[in-house]
Formats: sequence, C-alpha cells, structure tokens
Amino acid sequence: MSSGGHVLCRHLVAAAQRRPDHPAVREPGRSQISYRALDALSDRLRDRLVALGVGPGDRVGLWLPKTIDSVATILGILKTGAAYVPVDPTAPATRNGYILGDCAVRAVVVADPFAEPLRSALGPAADAMRFVVLRRTGGGAGLADALDRADRADGPAPAVANAEPAPEDLAYLLYTSGSTGRPKGVMLSQRAASAFVDWCVAEFAPRSEDVFSSHAPFHFDLSILDLYVPQVAGATLVLVPEERAKEPQGLAQLIAGERISVWYSAPSILAMLAQHGKLATLDFTALRTVLFAGEVFPVVHLRTLAAAWPHPRYFNLYGPTETNVCTHHEVVLPIPDARTQPYPIGRVCAHLAGRIVDGDGRDVPAGGEGELVIAGDNVMSGYWNLPEQTANAFLAHGGRRWYRTGDLVVDEGGGVLRYVGRRDRMVKKRGYRVELGEIEACLYRHPDVLEAAVVAIPDPEAGVRVVGHLATRKGEKLSLIALKKFCSEHLPVYMVPDAFRFHAGLPKTSTDKFDYQRLQEG
Amino acid sequence: MQSTEAAIREFILREFLPDEDPAELTNTTELISTGILDSLATLKLVTFLEEHFGIAVAAHEADEEHLNTIADIEKLVQSKRGA
Repeated sequence: MSSGGHVLCRHLVAAAQRRPDHPAVREPGRSQISYRALDALSDRLRDRLVALGVGPGDRVGLWLPKTIDSVATILGILKTGAAYVPVDPTAPATRNGYILGDCAVRAVVVADPFAEPLRSALGPAADAMRFVVLRRTGGGAGLADALDRADRADGPAPAVANAEPAPEDLAYLLYTSGSTGRPKGVMLSQRAASAFVDWCVAEFAPRSEDVFSSHAPFHFDLSILDLYVPQVAGATLVLVPEERAKEPQGLAQLIAGERISVWYSAPSILAMLAQHGKLATLDFTALRTVLFAGEVFPVVHLRTLAAAWPHPRYFNLYGPTETNVCTHHEVVLPIPDARTQPYPIGRVCAHLAGRIVDGDGRDVPAGGEGELVIAGDNVMSGYWNLPEQTANAFLAHGGRRWYRTGDLVVDEGGGVLRYVGRRDRMVKKRGYRVELGEIEACLYRHPDVLEAAVVAIPDPEAGVRVVGHLATRKGEKLSLIALKKFCSEHLPVYMVPDAFRFHAGLPKTSTDKFDYQRLQEG
Repeated sequence: MQSTEAAIREFILREFLPDEDPAELTNTTELISTGILDSLATLKLVTFLEEHFGIAVAAHEADEEHLNTIADIEKLVQSKRGA
C-alpha cells in the first residue's frame, strides 16, 4: 500500500515486521505479547468479524476489562475498516446498552459477565448484532479462546487483507457525557486519529526502548496516545490494571518496577502519587517524559511531584475529546516558589489552527479573553446522529470549520494561551461575572486545602449561590471565618463562596475528573 | 442581663456561622469586607438589631462602614440608644 498514511492500524503492522519479537503490550506481573503475536491475534479477530459481516463504514463495540485481549480487539476492529466503540467496563448495562444501540454497532466483543446484561439492556436491538463473547480475559488467551470456539462452531474464518479505509472513514467513537443526560458519540476519523499520532511522534520522539503507560481507560481520549504512539517506535505499552489505577503506592511501585519511561494521565492521579505514593523510596530513573491532560493541575501538587521526580520533562496537554490534544506547554523546572497560578495550556499544536473569538465569533483584540476555536485534521467529524448539536459545535469562518471548545483563554503573548475557565462555568452573581475556576485557584492557595471544586447553585435572590467543596489536608473542617477572610484577601468580595462543604475526598468521574454534576446536585 | 456585644455575637454565630469555633469570631473580625456577611445577611442583621434593641437603623447606616465588625455594630447600637 503506497498511500494510506492516514490508516491508524498501519503502525502495528509495521512494528510487527520491524521488531516481531519485542514486547508490544504487557500486563504487569501477568503476561505480555510480542508485536508478531499481537498482529496475528488481531488478524484472527479481523477475519472473524469480516466473516460476521463487518466492514468499512460499520461500528463494532467492545466491553472488556483493560487487558491484552482488549488491545488486540481494538486493533482487530480497525483492521476490518470499521470504527471501534469502547465503553466504560465499570458502567451500568443500561448506559453501555444505550451507547451501543445508539450507534447501532454491527458486532460487539464482550466479556462473559457483561454479555447477558447487555443483551437485556439492548432488547430487540441485540438481535441485529453479532456477539463475540470472551469467557475469560487476560494475556490475549481469552480472545484466542473465543476465536477458537467460533472456528469450531462455524468453521474457520477465511483470511482477508486489512481494509484500506478512506481518510474520512471513522476510526473510533468516544461517548462523552452530554449536558442533556444522554451520552453523545464523538466521531473521530482515520485522518483525525493519525494526524494526532503524527503530532505526538514529532513532539515527543518515542524511542524503541521506551515503556509507555496506559493509565486512562480506553473509552477516554488519553488512550489514543497510549495505544498508538508506542507502536510507531516499536516500543512497549504497560497496561495499568483498573484495580491499581487509583491506589497510590501500588501505582508508584508499578511505574518504578516496570521502568515506565513515558507516563500520561490526568493531573489528579499525579497529585495523588505525589502526596501518597511514597515516591522517595523507589527508583524512577527510567522516567523521561510526564504528560498530563484533562483538567487544571494545581501548582501546589505539581511542585510536590517535581520535587520527587526532578529529572523528566513535563508537558501540560490540553484539548477536549472533540479535538484530542490541541495545545501543549512544557513546564520547565524548577517551579518558582512564588508561583501559585496554574501553568498555561500553551501554544496551539503546529498542525492545527486556533483563534480566540467573542460571543459573535469575531476575533478578540490582542490580549483579550475569548473562546478558543480550533480547525485542522485532529477535529472530530461530528456527534453521532446529532446533526443539530454538531452544527452548534462548529463556527464557519474563512472556508474552514472551527470547533468551539467552550473554553475561555487569553493569549499571554507569543501565542501562549492561558486557560481562564469554561464558558459554561462563567456565572453571574448580583450582576457580577464570576469565574468558578478562579475561585478554585484561590482555594488551592490555602495551605490546608488538598482538593477544591466550586459550583454555582441557582438562587432566586442573588442569581446563584456559590458553594466551595473542599477536601483538607487533615481531613478536618476549616473555620468559615478564616476561610472567608482568606478568600477576601485574594478575590473581590462578590466572588467569596457563600458556603463551604467539606469532604474526605471530592467525588470523581470514571475519568478521574471532579464530578461536578454530583457536587451540583448535592 | 446579656451585654450588647454578647447578644450581637450570639446572633451572628447562630444565624450565619453554624459549626464555627466561637473563639474565631473576635470583636475586630471583619464581617462584610470578607464576605462573611453578604447583603442578605446584612439585612437580617439590621432587622435583628432593630427588633432586639428597639432602635431604627437608617438605610445609609446598613453598610460596611457601620457594620463591618462587632465593635462597629456595638458602637452603632450604643449611639442609637444614647440618643
């Protein structure tokens, strides 16, 4: 295939030819698979799925724990030319059934315990879907076993070639929670996925001896870097099992023991490691790059982390699922003691274009605050089956489609962007504009505050009531007088929270971000 | 009889600072400039002062200058009662 620079699964095929015996994916302490074996296993799934009628233009779901089996499943689906739809393995069957029914997957690869709940959640829609059921998972043996059973039952699936999807064909759909309560499917094309992977390769220069982490679940967009960038270099990917993902000391031992060299996760995980991982007792000399994305990294925790890990390079990556990463900023150590403001989200990635616009879509004057809009190959095709929401997500300008991130930024000079907050986290209180993120940044300056999330509750009198949710260092409540006094030293008085609630730890979503929806309701 | 200052302190703690350590609230703790009392809370405080001490607080007095600390509030109440 001479063209096809946009085909996402080409990196695996090339690595299998170049470094067939090198470990491609490892489950710590359990199992690993070479590039040759991973290529062969995903070929087998491709052949079976094609025999079941799957092809370019289709979607195939997967509901599996994070294992070598699920990596091989993703790659096998890509080889058919279909798009993969990963669902949260810990989510209820009603939600996953809704997602897989919404995008009408032709087939689904599912772990045995989830198969019957999924069928009943789908109802009659399940009849149109072909199920590949894994009786066990781990090491790839569960997928191989399922394929063996299918061969015995239906005869061997004829070997076919890898599909050659067009650049605009979808590579995957990631469902994100919609503001209306129904998850919505973000459609990413082969071109979008490959443009992102190519940018990562240019920016982070993966090496063949690298060991990458896979911390984020596969239904989260951080997984795209984890899954495909190591393949370009023929490097190894280490899967962080779900049960260790949020256990600080176990996680720290895994990073040290597996000699992870490139780490990528949400900041909250790194903050947890910095505080509770007992990092000083372990050897992290292999670590050379630390990437984080998904939310603001409070400087207080980043400073603690950098003290324990002074040698790697740190990058703040920014971007919604709809664009994947679209800006980046290297955090250069040391972090000055006086710094309390979070680091900027940085420059727009070289292969993308960004503008800062006002409410009418016009460019703001230099240095002004506005919404970041992004155009270029990374950008999603749209939301599955939601033409109206898709149309609202884009701004037409200069013959291009610009994705509206919903995030307010300021150009600090030279194209380095500072994140101000969510467009929808800007509230009005007694006529004043209040940015909830700015209040959070203030609360993080308080020496006793570990976690801070601020929500606005509708209030007939004031417009909104601002409530600060806090987890403190000693797990104790703080004096309301002292807290309000502290806030009033850093914020205009109308921004001082009306009330505070104390938690042992703030509730998190499955992607390790603060669960604002729950805080809003509670 | 309870002192003026104690009555003001007790009202503020009960109404606006449940669970607060009373020792944190001193006579010079700033109440309005810190947002401990917002405008609605200030109105409630004024209503309390008028009812409890039998005084009238003018609209221009219901502000940070006259009500920012317990000491300020006490001074305002005393001036009204002396009049």
